[in-house]
Amino acid sequence: MIAEAGLAALWLAASMALLQFMAGLTLLRAGAGQLVPLIKPAAYVQGALCTFAFFALMWLFYVTDLSVLLVANNSHIDKPLIFKLAGTWGNHEGSMLLWVTILSVSGAAIAFLEKRVEAKTLSATLAVQAFLALGFFAFLLFSSNPFERLVPAPVEGAGLNPLLQDVGLAFHPPTLYFGYVGLSIAFSFAVGALLTNQVEPAFARAMRPWVLGAWIFLTIGIAAGSYWAYYELGWGGWWFWDPVENASLMPWLAGTALLHSVSVLATRNALRAWTIILALVAFAMSMAGTFLVRSGILTSVHAFAVDPERGSFILALMLLYTGLAFVIFALRIGTVKQGEPFQLFSREGGIVANNIFLSVILAVVLIGTLYPLAAEAMGDKISVGPPYFNKATVPIAVLLMLALLLGPLLRWRRDDLMRLKYWIIGAVAILLTSCLAIGSLAPEIGIFPLLGIALSMALAVAAWLPLKGRKLLRTPLPIFGMVIAHFGIAVSVFGMAAESGFSSETLTALAPGESAKVAGWNVKLSDVNPVVGDNWVAVEGEMIAAKNGNSFSLHPQSRQFFKPPMQTSEAALLTRWNGQLYAVIAQPDQEGDGRWQVRLWWKPFVTFIWGGAALIALGGAMALLGRMFRRAKKPARNAWQAE
Amino acid sequence: MKPKHQRLLLAAIAVVALVGAGLIAASALREEASYFYTPTTLASANVPPGKAIRLGGMVQKGSIVHGADGVSITFTVQDQERSQKVAYRGITPDLFVEGSGVVADGRLGADRVFVADSLLAKHDENYVPKELADIDMNAAAHTKDTLVP
Repeated sequence: MIAEAGLAALWLAASMALLQFMAGLTLLRAGAGQLVPLIKPAAYVQGALCTFAFFALMWLFYVTDLSVLLVANNSHIDKPLIFKLAGTWGNHEGSMLLWVTILSVSGAAIAFLEKRVEAKTLSATLAVQAFLALGFFAFLLFSSNPFERLVPAPVEGAGLNPLLQDVGLAFHPPTLYFGYVGLSIAFSFAVGALLTNQVEPAFARAMRPWVLGAWIFLTIGIAAGSYWAYYELGWGGWWFWDPVENASLMPWLAGTALLHSVSVLATRNALRAWTIILALVAFAMSMAGTFLVRSGILTSVHAFAVDPERGSFILALMLLYTGLAFVIFALRIGTVKQGEPFQLFSREGGIVANNIFLSVILAVVLIGTLYPLAAEAMGDKISVGPPYFNKATVPIAVLLMLALLLGPLLRWRRDDLMRLKYWIIGAVAILLTSCLAIGSLAPEIGIFPLLGIALSMALAVAAWLPLKGRKLLRTPLPIFGMVIAHFGIAVSVFGMAAESGFSSETLTALAPGESAKVAGWNVKLSDVNPVVGDNWVAVEGEMIAAKNGNSFSLHPQSRQFFKPPMQTSEAALLTRWNGQLYAVIAQPDQEGDGRWQVRLWWKPFVTFIWGGAALIALGGAMALLGRMFRRAKKPARNAWQAE
Repeated sequence: MKPKHQRLLLAAIAVVALVGAGLIAASALREEASYFYTPTTLASANVPPGKAIRLGGMVQKGSIVHGADGVSITFTVQDQERSQKVAYRGITPDLFVEGSGVVADGRLGADRVFVADSLLAKHDENYVPKELADIDMNAAAHTKDTLVP
């Protein structure tokens, strides 16, 4: 009954999207200066119906209604409750329902909250949002129905992939989806503004909070996914350049570029066409990411179910939407007026540099991710892995960091190199000193870890300089946000460079009572015991890690799940302020002499990677709060001139 | 600078940057993209030692030999016609057992033994490494073999 109600709600929501889109079409004929009737209510009802359908599915997972095919395939009566609920989106159909729900709710949110753009532009934006939703409703209803019944109902259900039975699943996909789908709002705004000739600061100011919000979610989602993979896979790595990771990184790169260029448009009325392109590209990347993840065309730890039909459907939607948007762009760009001029050595110029470096990184990641597909179409089986991505992206990231040392300090419109000569000398001095110091202490470190540490030192100082000469209490919150986010980049890059330059690893087989050494730690395997969990059994190693007279106990596990049958490693992590000790226990030695395979890593400053990401997201949140607060306080009309 | 010229300059910079991205990607791909081989195609291709490649096939029955250190193994990967010896140091994936499919990332050593940096095995019943999907593996159900003792 609940399943049928959910399905009915989905159909009704789809018809609301159709109504919303048709209502928007009348705008093209009438061109009236007021809001198209019906369009707002349609958006609200659509959002409400979708939310209902999503909670209906969640209820089915909660009660484990095995007469529903999706529940039977992905859940199990013995599963802990949190994973039953999170299992709602731990599968293809459920995650697409979550996607569509967020899309619809975003549409409703624009209709409800957005008061600054012209009525006409708002109508066009809502029509575009409905048009996007229509395609994904069709996808859900025709090829991925989450509410399909299974007759007869099985007794217990097939279970959920054990790798996904983790609190990470409860948060990682929804945050990423908020980010992905939030970028749809930027897309709809961009097309709406093109259609109604409103590509100007007012439109950029309206779009900016939405972009910021989506970008914050993406940042958190990527960082959470990275930490999840780090401790759950037991491979000791935090980024594998897996196609699915790239699929989340690409919208983030485009979103980061967009975030900066939309500020230029909002504040200085420049970079109009460029901002529009980035808004289109960002959501195109979100759809490409969904396509890569959902089609299963790539070998990946994330690729669960391979279904070419679904892949083609999403690919068709992506080509349709991106293609149409760029056709509209080509037709309308002539009507977008020239923005304000600026000199290249200026804040605008710095942001152009940011945009170009980010776009180049995006392009090489995209090429590396898609190249195996293109090669396969021509009959070659090729894989492109970390060596390619590191080689192609890290040097550009170094240039980006260099630009970041100077960019935020520049003045709008034009600036003078001589004004900043002391800071430039200071930055060069920090860079040289760090390079010399690290190079002499640790000559075996690679060139990029060395540069990474030096650049993060310089940036850790540079990030705070925009506050120089300001009255701190009167400094707008978005400026603090920028400072914190840029400082977060320094923290995160420091963690990445230290981890990749100074990690040490020991791989050995130990009998209970024996010890191994890693980076000054003495790790003793004192015992190995069986453990029983809710729906798994495990062997658990009892380890004692000692260094400088302090000792700590560690309990890594090797778990065996039954539904479905699968083994996973639960790494044990010991966190110190300057790094993490990471321990994995695996199979018993096959020779039968009672030894166990043990893998130990010391990862210096590895937690800085995610701590930095948290600061970046916090900076974004401060900027967002600042924008919303200021919007509430004073009329927006002249805000960009006042800045 | 006139506004129009500025627009052209920015467009030119963007084009140069994108072309540059293409060149960076092309050169890195030429060096770092690793091709997939089966023992048969590897035997006929002239792959220099040290070049990163992937090798896929079935783990030959009775071929896994465990080293004395407890963490090194050697085994033989075979397809319908040929076989290739592989050496690996590390923790093998959960479902790595004799008779099942495997994809190994690594490179050929000077002695023509393939040194694997990582192994990708059949993950669970729904997941097969993509490269192995077209190869007839006769992979039997082998989940019992990997139960924790």
